[in-house]
Amino acid sequence: MVLAWIILLPLLGALINGYHALSCRLRQQKVIHGMVNFVGVGLPFVAFLIALSQGIPFILGAEEPIRENLFSWISVGSLHIEAGLYLDRLSTLMVLIITGVGTLIHLYSIGYMKGDSGYAKYFAYLNLFLTSMLILVLGDNLLLLFLGWEGVGLCSYLLIGFWFEDKAKAQAGKKAFIVNRIGDVGFLLGIFALGVLLLPGAGENAVIFNFEYIESQIGLITVSKVFWLSAPFIITLFLFVGATGKSAQIPLYVWLPDAMAGPTPVSALIHAATMVTAGVYMIARMDFLFDVAPETLHIIAIIGASTALFAALIAMVQTDIKKVLAYSTVSQLGYMFLAMGVGAYAYGVFHLMTHAFFKACLFLGSGSVIHAMSGEQDIRKMGGLKKALPITSMTFLIATMTIAGLPPFAAFFSKDHILWKTYSHGHPILWVMGLLAAFGTAFYMFRLYILTFTGKSRVSEEAKAHLHESPFNMTFALIVLAVLSAVAGFLGLPEVLGGHDWIAHWLHLGSNAAEAHGASHSHTMELLLMGVSVAVATFAILLAFVLYRNGLEGPNKRARAMRPLHNLLTNKFYVDEIYDACVVRPIYYLSQSILFTVIDRKLIDEVLVNRSGRFLAWLGSCVSRIQNGFVNRYAFCFLLAFALMLGIWVFN
Amino acid sequence: MSITHYLTLAIALFSIGLIGVVLRRNLLVAFMSIELMLNGANLSFIAFSRYLGDMQGQMAAFFIVILAAAEAAVGLAIIVLLFRRQGSVQSSVFQNLKDKVGV
Repeated sequence: MVLAWIILLPLLGALINGYHALSCRLRQQKVIHGMVNFVGVGLPFVAFLIALSQGIPFILGAEEPIRENLFSWISVGSLHIEAGLYLDRLSTLMVLIITGVGTLIHLYSIGYMKGDSGYAKYFAYLNLFLTSMLILVLGDNLLLLFLGWEGVGLCSYLLIGFWFEDKAKAQAGKKAFIVNRIGDVGFLLGIFALGVLLLPGAGENAVIFNFEYIESQIGLITVSKVFWLSAPFIITLFLFVGATGKSAQIPLYVWLPDAMAGPTPVSALIHAATMVTAGVYMIARMDFLFDVAPETLHIIAIIGASTALFAALIAMVQTDIKKVLAYSTVSQLGYMFLAMGVGAYAYGVFHLMTHAFFKACLFLGSGSVIHAMSGEQDIRKMGGLKKALPITSMTFLIATMTIAGLPPFAAFFSKDHILWKTYSHGHPILWVMGLLAAFGTAFYMFRLYILTFTGKSRVSEEAKAHLHESPFNMTFALIVLAVLSAVAGFLGLPEVLGGHDWIAHWLHLGSNAAEAHGASHSHTMELLLMGVSVAVATFAILLAFVLYRNGLEGPNKRARAMRPLHNLLTNKFYVDEIYDACVVRPIYYLSQSILFTVIDRKLIDEVLVNRSGRFLAWLGSCVSRIQNGFVNRYAFCFLLAFALMLGIWVFN
Repeated sequence: MSITHYLTLAIALFSIGLIGVVLRRNLLVAFMSIELMLNGANLSFIAFSRYLGDMQGQMAAFFIVILAAAEAAVGLAIIVLLFRRQGSVQSSVFQNLKDKVGV
């Protein structure tokens, strides 16, 4: 039951705080902050400690996973689904990230959400999110994973639309939810395809969606066909469609930038560190299945690289501090999928971990800035904040250098591993795309840092009066995350630099994991490419520095000179507009003019409901003529019917 | 006398009773007609019992006698109540169940 407690504790927190929020609202009382903090932060922290106690043996080298069977969930005919938990090295890593970073962000939220009218509700939602996310990574079968998958989607929706009085924010929540549903349909189809394939051959008590069972049946899956396509291809492709929704990849990434409408800690926890990486986790969890579907892997790699580059380009011109980070997240997720696509699962998960640290740090830093600026998010109205926010700017700088890929910070190792695997597995074009995205990343992140923290202040007088460094519980989270993002990379110190590539050996994902330690390619080549990417990042940083050092006049002039290109980028390649024209409007039109006026009003309301009602009334009035009240005539009918029945009986 | 005679009489009694039930408006007469039908049935039971040498038919006849007695008690009580209500035992007077829409 130990693993179950990791999930139950945040759930308990969600229930207590949710009850408190509701009862306070009904009785119009003030929320007791101390209690909410204690429950909302304390329980996830205890969950973290339990996770740590369970995870340490794995970190020290244990290999045998811990299995906990909780109860029989669904049992219909030959279909058996058990609710069980499964902790191995991969889920240990995920659980530690979720509870660890989660606790820090809860702690940070105490300062950030202070004075908000929905304080207890916020912590209830956040705890519920942790519960769902933990179900997602601890579940031992695909359906439990899907349960968590939907749970985090719900919490994401609730928290994006947390300030739902603002219509735009409520809309953003709805958009995230609907776009995710599209992906989830794909995910469900993948599960169905797998079930249809495995159910007929399953034995008496086979739990067909269990990961270990699927892995044991991999031979059967490999040789099977769904319609005329190979089964692994179609199943993994559907699962990947789900991942594009949840993990914001082309073509379903559009919800993530809008998701920044939620409170900033939510962006840090859900839309950067944990939930959006669910797709990466899912692929890593099902690595045996993706391994036998090289076509899908190819598609994943292409989509990942395109997303990385595409989002990095958009991020280069955004002016909202959170939007820059949002597109940066999309871009970094693209890297993770690129890693998955080239079969370097462990490096994708490694980047997931480093990304969780530095992106959470960046988001929390931006939250600290927004907090200090009394809600202002436009970097054109910032500048020179370094003096007022020393800790924030310091941690932000470390995280910025990390994401830019400067050695020896974490993302240098994880990102470079990914690029190297892309190249060494024979995808030079994708490697170039990744490199360009790395250039973009370094550029937009330093542009963001320079415009926000250095140079002349462009802050309005009004906001200037309130400028202040955040309280300690906020800066504490920043410092811890900055330290982690600085040093976490050494877990994956590559062999060419004298390390042991510990994390890849430790995670040991995918069938070609052994090959992934690349004996086939020379170390000189790896060092050379590493040098290239560092040079590219340095060049991008210098460029950003030269362009933005003196404020905005110079860049604005250049933007005017390149107006068409600049417009294209600031309008995000018009993707939202294209989706609006191709999908949203046709659906509106279809719903309004056909489904509503014709199908619903005319067919269902008029023909099916009203007409059928009137027909029955008419039929009733006809039949009621028989009921005339003469007892003798009833008796006569009785006689006739009896004679008829007798006749039938006699003549048959 | 052969069984045919008995059966002819039984059928005649039953048919007279049936026609009475269907055609007569006076509830008391209709009620007596039902008694005629019951007795017609009774007669055929007894006749068959004797003819086949089986006691079951006589058993059935006894049951029907008891049933007729019970029916008479309840039925007459109802007719008395109906008469008190409307001052008549004509079946055409009692049309409360008639549907308002029809006829």
